Amino acid sequence: MADFMQQAVSAAAATAPDWLRDIQSRGRAAWQQTPMPTRKTEAWKYTSLEALKQPFAPGSRNVTATDVSDIRFPALGGPTLVFADGQFRADLSSLELPAGISLVRFEDASAEQAALISAQLGTAVLPHRHVFAALNDATLADGVFLQVDAGITVEAPIQIVWLTSGQSGAISMNQRLLVSLQANSQATVVETFANATTGGTPFTNGITELLVGRGARLNHYRLHLEQGNAVHIGGVHARLDQDSLLNGFHIALGSALKRIDVVVDHQGSGGHCELDGIYLPRDREIVDYHTCIEHSVPHCSSRERFRGIIADEATAIFNGRIHIHPQAQKTRAELSNKNLLTSNKAEVNTKPELEIYADDVQCAHGATVAQLDPSTLYYLRTRGISKEEAEVMLSYGFINELVEAIAEPGLQDYLKPLLARRFSRDSRLTRHLL
Amino acid sequence: MLKIDNLHARVESQAILKGLNLNIKAGEIHAIMGPNGSGKSTLGHVLAGRPGYTVSAGSVTFQGQDLLALETEERAHLGVFLSFQYPVEIPGVSNMEFLKASVDSIRERRGEPAIDSVSFMKQAREACKNVDLDISFLKRGVNEGFSGGEKKRNELMQMMLLQPKLAIMDETDSGLDIDALQVVANGINAMRSPDRSFILVTHYQRLLSFIEPDFVHVLSGGRIVKSGDKSLALELEERGYGWLEDVA
Ligand SMILES: Nc1ncnc2c1ncn2[C@@H]1O[C@H](COP(=O)(O)OP(=O)(O)O)[C@@H](O)[C@H]1O
Ligand SMILES: [Mg+2]
Repeated sequence: MADFMQQAVSAAAATAPDWLRDIQSRGRAAWQQTPMPTRKTEAWKYTSLEALKQPFAPGSRNVTATDVSDIRFPALGGPTLVFADGQFRADLSSLELPAGISLVRFEDASAEQAALISAQLGTAVLPHRHVFAALNDATLADGVFLQVDAGITVEAPIQIVWLTSGQSGAISMNQRLLVSLQANSQATVVETFANATTGGTPFTNGITELLVGRGARLNHYRLHLEQGNAVHIGGVHARLDQDSLLNGFHIALGSALKRIDVVVDHQGSGGHCELDGIYLPRDREIVDYHTCIEHSVPHCSSRERFRGIIADEATAIFNGRIHIHPQAQKTRAELSNKNLLTSNKAEVNTKPELEIYADDVQCAHGATVAQLDPSTLYYLRTRGISKEEAEVMLSYGFINELVEAIAEPGLQDYLKPLLARRFSRDSRLTRHLL
Repeated sequence: MLKIDNLHARVESQAILKGLNLNIKAGEIHAIMGPNGSGKSTLGHVLAGRPGYTVSAGSVTFQGQDLLALETEERAHLGVFLSFQYPVEIPGVSNMEFLKASVDSIRERRGEPAIDSVSFMKQAREACKNVDLDISFLKRGVNEGFSGGEKKRNELMQMMLLQPKLAIMDETDSGLDIDALQVVANGINAMRSPDRSFILVTHYQRLLSFIEPDFVHVLSGGRIVKSGDKSLALELEERGYGWLEDVA
């Protein structure tokens, strides 16, 4: 275990508000019992934690608004909480809340809210399975709590934005979001992680818990826009109650290392989950998505589509587990993972992992790895389109379906040009994409 | 316009074209017929510049230029167009985006600015109407899930938008019912002009009863083994290819 982690754990034990102590000490226990993953750990076989060997300092409180003013994130007009280098920034946030929701930082929680948080926090995560979730528990000092009251529909997307300035060298940040949708409520939550391109090495441990109540509908977006040296290890852990719906969308641009675990646990029958994801590592970047859908009860369905484009000497890992428990009859589960390698040195390790213990289920899965199809490139070129532009069009076309499926129009408008630029910095090659 | 001289070409290591000669003047329509596997599509791809198709001997001159020295897209910029026998499906790239990208690329080489979206939409809708394709096809992925006939009409639409100098139509009539065949024939006839030439690869004389060719050639074993006027097509329809001495 790295020294900086040990220090963070000790420091947190000294400072947490009383009501967070229970979960902290639970986290500490799990953290101490769980060995740090190595390449011999099955779930970390292809993902080296070498990047965590250097020392990381805690986030600085001295970041100014200008330090982060160049970092872009979607402007969607709803309530927005912005953090910079781990610190909440009231000056960058907009906190006008519609009726029927609570949106509060743990630090500012009222006694009543603190009770709600302690009752729910950690209920969607299994820390002994996810050592970085245990670390997140153990170092928990602050976080964001969002609750939508029963029957309330929130139209405006609620945004949580985590920025890192690159001013403070290597810093480590613990980030936590707890979303609780009460029965029959509806909301859209957009999480964005982004950093300044001017250097710095942020290590973020971001854990999100989504509790989707009976009949509730949650659209959840998690945008990993961090680039450069950024390391992010974390995940999203969702618990779905009866007849609820979770629409999840994930995107990860590459950086030094990203490892995201997405766990969806169907705990009430009639639940449905859609999970879309895009990962785009290039240079020598690493992106690792481990997803797991737990079908613990009958009559639930899930559809998962992840697409990756891996360029240069980058590496992607996709592991899609579907676990259908013995009592989960009438489950319908679909998983598709498609990968496009745009260079001979790009690498992907994809593995669908099906564990099916019920007999009356429909389950389909597939994973593909391909390169740009020469006859398709040729066809485009016979129409006068240059090879370079054809490659950009085909790369964008590979993920387009998932981008078009994004329900939040402002987010589509934000992501399209960002993705286009990702495939080419030459605007002449991207002019036909948008 | 196009002069092919003693053309030898290989696909992978297999020799397919073995000394092909063909001379096409501006405004002419040449029909090429011939048994399956004789090299008709190969000829189209060699002219269009398909990677992997190597020319081992001979020359092709297009409007005074050495066509074989040019990249695939450069040939398109000069006005060479190949309507594919098997058009490629491209999920994720909309037909509209594809068409605009190709029109703009060709305009750019002529020193013209990119076409504005409104005028382009208008042209594209008009082109759809001309080939009897619903405009909803503009929004779909290129050829994605199109029927055989729809793909062929999509090829024809591209030809109309790109206004080539030399259009090579590879079995654009195959698999079409009589109404669709009429649409294709009308489209080609409408595009006929003194400075545009066509190569029509076809198996059927029926297309040639709608489009009157200036010459009919029989391609067999990688060479033109017989040339004639439109009456040759009728004769082939009646007698097949067997009576031709050189048919492989
Ligand atoms: N990609 C390829 N690789 C190897 N041989 C090919 C390829 N494409 C075509 N051929 C061969 O080339 C010959 C000519 O094919 P083609 O030009 O398609 O004939 P046609 O269009 O006259 O039916 C055939 O024997 C065919 O099998
Ligand atoms: Mg053919």
